[in-house]
Amino acid sequence: MHSERSIETNPTDPKRRRRLALPAHSKSFFLYLIVGLVLLYGIIYPTANVFIAALQHEGGWSPEKFFAVLSQRSVIESAGTSIAVSVLTVLFCALVGVPLAFLFERYAFPGRRLFAALAALPLVLPPLVGTVAFIFLCGESGILARSIQHVFHLTRAPWTLRGWGALLLFHTYTMYPFFYVLAGAGLQRIDAGLAEAARSLGASRARVLFRVTLPQLTPSLIAAALLTFMTSMASFSAPLLFGGNVRMLTLEIFNARQRGDSSVALTETVLLALISFAALIFFQRYEGTRRFVAAAMKGTTRRRKRLQSGLGRLLASSAAIVFSLLLALPIATLVLVSFSRDGSWTTQTLPPIYTVSNFSRLATDVDSRSVFVNSLLMAGIATLAALIWSFCVTALTATGKPSRWKRLISVLVLLPWALPGTVVAVSVAEAYGQPNALTGSFILVGTFWILPVVYFLRFMPLVVRAVQASIEQLDRALEEAAAVLGANWWRRFWRVRLPLVAPGALAGALLVFVIAMGEYVASVIVFTPGNRPVSIAIASAMRDFNLGTAAAYGVILIAMIVVVMIVAGRLESRAR
Amino acid sequence: MPLLNLKQISKRFGDTAAVADVSIAVERGEFFGLLGPSGCGKTTTLRIIAGLESPDTGRVEFDGREITTLSSEKRGFGMVFQNYALFPHLNVFENVAFGLRARRERGSSGGGSDGAITDKVHRALELVQLPGFDNRRVDELSGGQQQRVAIARAIAIEPSLLLFDEPLSNLDVALREETRRELRALVKRLKLTAVYVTHDQAEAFALCDRIAVMGKGSVLQMGAPRELYDHPANAAVAGFLGNNNLILAMRLTSSNDPVTRFKTIDGGHILTVNASHEELMSLPVNKPCRLAIRPEAVELNHKSGGNNQLAARIELIEFGGATTTLRVDAGGLKVEVLVLSVDEFAIGDECLVTLPSDQIRLLPHN
Repeated sequence: MHSERSIETNPTDPKRRRRLALPAHSKSFFLYLIVGLVLLYGIIYPTANVFIAALQHEGGWSPEKFFAVLSQRSVIESAGTSIAVSVLTVLFCALVGVPLAFLFERYAFPGRRLFAALAALPLVLPPLVGTVAFIFLCGESGILARSIQHVFHLTRAPWTLRGWGALLLFHTYTMYPFFYVLAGAGLQRIDAGLAEAARSLGASRARVLFRVTLPQLTPSLIAAALLTFMTSMASFSAPLLFGGNVRMLTLEIFNARQRGDSSVALTETVLLALISFAALIFFQRYEGTRRFVAAAMKGTTRRRKRLQSGLGRLLASSAAIVFSLLLALPIATLVLVSFSRDGSWTTQTLPPIYTVSNFSRLATDVDSRSVFVNSLLMAGIATLAALIWSFCVTALTATGKPSRWKRLISVLVLLPWALPGTVVAVSVAEAYGQPNALTGSFILVGTFWILPVVYFLRFMPLVVRAVQASIEQLDRALEEAAAVLGANWWRRFWRVRLPLVAPGALAGALLVFVIAMGEYVASVIVFTPGNRPVSIAIASAMRDFNLGTAAAYGVILIAMIVVVMIVAGRLESRAR
Repeated sequence: MPLLNLKQISKRFGDTAAVADVSIAVERGEFFGLLGPSGCGKTTTLRIIAGLESPDTGRVEFDGREITTLSSEKRGFGMVFQNYALFPHLNVFENVAFGLRARRERGSSGGGSDGAITDKVHRALELVQLPGFDNRRVDELSGGQQQRVAIARAIAIEPSLLLFDEPLSNLDVALREETRRELRALVKRLKLTAVYVTHDQAEAFALCDRIAVMGKGSVLQMGAPRELYDHPANAAVAGFLGNNNLILAMRLTSSNDPVTRFKTIDGGHILTVNASHEELMSLPVNKPCRLAIRPEAVELNHKSGGNNQLAARIELIEFGGATTTLRVDAGGLKVEVLVLSVDEFAIGDECLVTLPSDQIRLLPHN
C-alpha cells in the first residue's frame, strides 16, 4: 500500500514529503475517516455511554446511586456466581479437554478419526440450539431420564436438569473443545526433537511431560482458558433455560431490563464488562510471561504412536466410540425430535408420533419463512459489512510501520470480542434509544437495522482477525514484486492482495455468517416484531411446548452450519 | 556517464545504520555485484535502487535523471527475489505477463496489445528454456523452474536495469553453478545492466564484471573480481574473500628498501615482504599490521630453502575433495596451507612451510 511510505518518509526533507506523501495521504485519509467514524459511533460512544449512563440518575451525576445498586446483595451475588461458574467451567473443560488432546494427538488407534472429526462439533452449535438439544436428551422429561425411569420403574424422574450441575455439565460439553483443539494444535507444534533430546539426556517420561511438554503447552492452555472463561461469562441460553437458582449476570441483566429496572441493568452491564476486561488482561499478562520461541528453525515432526498393547487399544478405541456417541447424541436427539408431532411427546421415552409436517410447515408458513428470511438477511448484511470493514481496517493496520494510532485501532476493533453479547446489545440499545447530541435524531431501537448493527459489532472482530492473519501470512515480497513490475497500489490490491487474502477472509466471513444466523443472546434484548430471527422463534416454540417445531428450526440451522463449515474448510485448505 | 549512480546513500532502521554513505556507479551493460556477509546492507542498497526503500539521505540517479523518490512501479526495473515471489494464484503465463499488463494499464511503454503480450511472454519463457509451460501452476514447478519463471518475469518487461537479490541461494549446489552460467550468458546476450546481491564469493566472482564488497553498511572495496582477490584493500575484505592467513606482525626496517622485514607477533619469526612504496607509506608507524597470504600460496616442504622458511608441525588435516587444507603450527604461528595431495602427511609430522615474499600483501591492522 502506498500509505506506508508516507509514514516512513523522513519529515526533514520537504521535497520528498510533497512528492510522495500527498497522494498517499488523500487515500489513507478517507480510510482513517471511515474507520474512525465507525469506531466512534459503533464502539467508543456506545461503550462509554453505558458507563456514563450507569453513573447518572434522573439527568444528573449520581455515583452514589451506582454504588448503592452495586452493593445490593443480588448484584454482588450474581457477579460472584458468574465468576464461580466460569472458573469451574474452565477447570472441568481442562480436565476433559487436555487428556483427550493427549490421547488423540499422540496415539493412533481404531476410532481415532471418528472422534477427531466430531470433537469440535459443540463449538459450531448455536448455544440456544445446543441448550434445546440438551433438554431433549438430558432434561427430567428427556430421553435419558425417561429411559431410566421406565427401566427401573421409578415414579419420578431420576434427576432434574437444573442448577449448578446441569449448567456445568452443559458448559463442559460445549466448551471443552477449546482445550481439546488448542492443546491438540499446541502438541502438534511442539518440536518432537525436544522431547527426544530430554529422553536422551536421561529424563523419565513423567519428567519430560512436566518439564518439557507441559511448559511448552502453557500458551495454548492459557489461550483455551481465556476463551472458555469469556464464553462462560457470556453464557445466556443455558442459564435461562435450566440455570434454576444459578443467577448469572447475563440473565440478571436481561431480567432487569424485562422488569424495566434500568439502573440495575446498566450497573450489571458495566460490572459484566469490567469483569470480562479484567479477565482478558489477566490472561494476556500471564500468557506474556509464558511464551517460548523455539530456538531451532527446523524440528522433527512427531508421528502418532500406534498403540501396541491389545488392552490399550481396546480402551482407547472404546473411549473414542463412547466420546463420539456423547458428542453426537444431543444432535441425534434434536433430529429425532424434529420429526415428532408438536404436543404428542408427553410421558413416553421417545416421541411416539413422527411426521415431516414440522419441516413442511416451516417451509410454507409465511411467519416461519419470514423468520428465516430475517436471519439470512441480517446475518448477510452484517457479514458483508464485516468483510468490507476488515479490509478497511487491515489496509491501515497491517501495512507499514507500527504506530500508536494503529495499535489503538486494533485494540478498539477487537474490543467487542471481549464483551459478552449482552453488553454489546445493551450498550447499542442505550446509545441509540433516544435522540441526543451525538447521534441527532437517529434511532436504531425498534427498527430492523438494530440487529444487523449488533451482529456486525459483535462478530466483525472475527473477520478482521481472519483477514489480518491472511495478510500476515502473505509474503511481503509478492506485493513488492508487483510494484517493481509496474503495478500501482490499486492494481496491487486487486490483483495480488485480494485474490491471495480472499480464501482466508471468506472462511472467516462464513464463520461469522453462521454464528450470526443462530445468534440469540443479543437478539433477545433488542429484537422487534419486524426482525424476529430464528433463535427467537426457537425460544418461543419452546415456551409454547412446540418441541417438534423448535427442533426443526434447530436442525435446519445445523444443516446450514455444516454446509458452510465444509465450504469454509475447503477455502481454508486452498488458502494454504 | 554511469547508467546508475548512487551518491552518498544512507538508511537507518531504528538505531542501526543499515547503509552508511554508500556511493556506487554502475556502467551501462555491466554485471555489478554487491557482496558481503548477512547484515552488511547489500540487500537494503538493492531495495533502495528498486525503490522499495527510500534512503534517509543521498541521491539515486538513473540515466542522468534523479529517481531518489520515484515510486518503484514507475522505475521500469526488473527484480528477481530471493524466494522468487511468484504469484501463487497465477499460472506461469500470467506471472510473466503481470508486468506487461500493469504497464499497458498505466499506458507506459513495454505493454502492448494482447498479441504483443503473448509474444513477449513466450519469448521470455524461451529465453529461460521453459517454452510451453504457460498453463502450469507455479507451485507444481521445481525450485529451478520457479527461479527461471522469476527471471522470465523480470526480463519480459525489457527492464532498463535488472536487480537480483540472492536469487540462487535456494538452489542446490549443482543447479546453482549451472544456473549461474546461464544467467550471465543471458544477461550479456540481452545486453542488460544488472546489479546482483550475494553473500557467496564464488558466485560473485563467476558472475560479475565488477563487485562492491560491503561490510557494516559501507563499501569496503570496489573492483574487478581478480583485483579484489589479488589486492584486498584491508583485512576485512581479505578475510571475507577466501581464507586468507592474516598474520599479525610489526615492521622492523624503516628504510624504503623494496624488501622489508617484519617480526610476527605469534612465534616471533622474521619475514621479508616485497612491498611497494605506496603500501608501506599507507601503514601507520609503530603499530602492528597484517601480512596476508593465501593458503594456496604457502609452500610446503619446498627443498629450495631461502627466505621465510619456517619449521612447523601439522596440527590438522581437513580433506576437501580436490584439495586438502592443513593447519600447521610454526612455533606458535598458525598457518593454513592448501595442497592438492595429502598422502604423505599425518597429524603431528614435522614439516617446513615457506611464505614466498612476493605472495605476501601488507594490510593495515583493523
